[in-house]
Amino acid sequence: MHVCGSHEWTITHFGIRTLLPENVEVRAGPGCPVCVTPAADIDAAVRLSMEGKTILTYGDMSRAKGSGMSLFEAKAAGGDFRVVYSVHDAVTMAAENPGREHVFFAVGFETTAPPTAYEILRGPPRNLTFLTAYRYVPPAVEAVSQSPDLAVSGFLNAGHASTVTGMKAYEPCFNKTKKPMVFAGFEPVDVLISVAMLLRKFVSGEPKMENEYTRAVTWEGNTRAQAAMDKVFDRVDGYWRGVATIPLSGFKIRTEFTDFDARTRFGLRETPGSEQFVPEARCGDVIIGKIDPPECPLYMKGCTPNSPKGPTMVSAEGTCKIWADHKVLASMRCRV
Amino acid sequence: MCLAYPGKVVELNGDFARVDFGAGTIREDVNTSLVQAKMGDYVLVHAGYAIQVVDETAARETLRYWKEILAAMPEDRAAYESQLKGGLS
Repeated sequence: MHVCGSHEWTITHFGIRTLLPENVEVRAGPGCPVCVTPAADIDAAVRLSMEGKTILTYGDMSRAKGSGMSLFEAKAAGGDFRVVYSVHDAVTMAAENPGREHVFFAVGFETTAPPTAYEILRGPPRNLTFLTAYRYVPPAVEAVSQSPDLAVSGFLNAGHASTVTGMKAYEPCFNKTKKPMVFAGFEPVDVLISVAMLLRKFVSGEPKMENEYTRAVTWEGNTRAQAAMDKVFDRVDGYWRGVATIPLSGFKIRTEFTDFDARTRFGLRETPGSEQFVPEARCGDVIIGKIDPPECPLYMKGCTPNSPKGPTMVSAEGTCKIWADHKVLASMRCRV
Repeated sequence: MCLAYPGKVVELNGDFARVDFGAGTIREDVNTSLVQAKMGDYVLVHAGYAIQVVDETAARETLRYWKEILAAMPEDRAAYESQLKGGLS
């Protein structure tokens, strides 16, 4: 199993599953941050945009729906939201419009959290707050590896997220589960070599943590980025939409930076996680890697890239969107 | 989110760098505060920030290894197939 939408893109785009032996199956695990962002957080961002705040977020996030409208739809209804490429753009925009509250809807994994931490440490403009819904991947890998439903034998680890955390972040999980892990790059040859490395470990019976992406991943990772995250965020339990609440997989802004926390400024209550997918949609099962997109009754029938019914079809890193864009219409399970 | 692209640092301006991603794609304002990048380094850029410096030695080694694998394929196909028939132990 891999846990990265970008790996799923490489695998699907280059037809890697068609090159693998019949008894090898690579499944897409929970690697899409937009997909796992709680519906309640999307709803909060939409509500704030309709209440005169300027919501700023990445493009993909704006089309995902919570229990009601997406931010994109809210804009058509008079809400204020803009797409930004980077958190720095949010800082600049807020500074240029001091009369208006700006909220950066901060979605992503640990690859994306450090720049936000850095901007909070720098002291953003007073009219900018952060609605953080970041998720931390290592606990999700641990949760998935312990799920009997999924029967995962080994992991292709998220190459770019791991450049930040370092391989060391996976050591506790590896020691518990003893399943081989390969930190994999994103070129098609990276993925093939990584799969071969895993297969060798299955054959030898000797699980290891190995690094295929040596040009970018190190044991220690980016310690500056880690320090920024540790200063700004507490790690708390995080609800992964459609999956579960995974312990210590969420980032919450520490109390000393509460002035920049949108949840405090706007009195957003913690609500229990609820997925709010449309009836019959099996987004949660796709997200966790239990099923392939064609096994969802809506895939490419009611739910298409032009008319997405769930986040997995909205996001560029969602398994459904990736498969649909490549016109993959059949499940790709092991044939053995 | 693992979308990050490697690019070459062609200019440094305090906390920012001009990064060349090749094929005419250049970003003027990549924030380099989270890494220690020098002129000519390749960095991985994610959402406007450099998150890691690419290890050039490791990259060259990887590219050399891939070239070997890819070059070996057509000529060695016959040899490989007869090895399979003979049984790899």
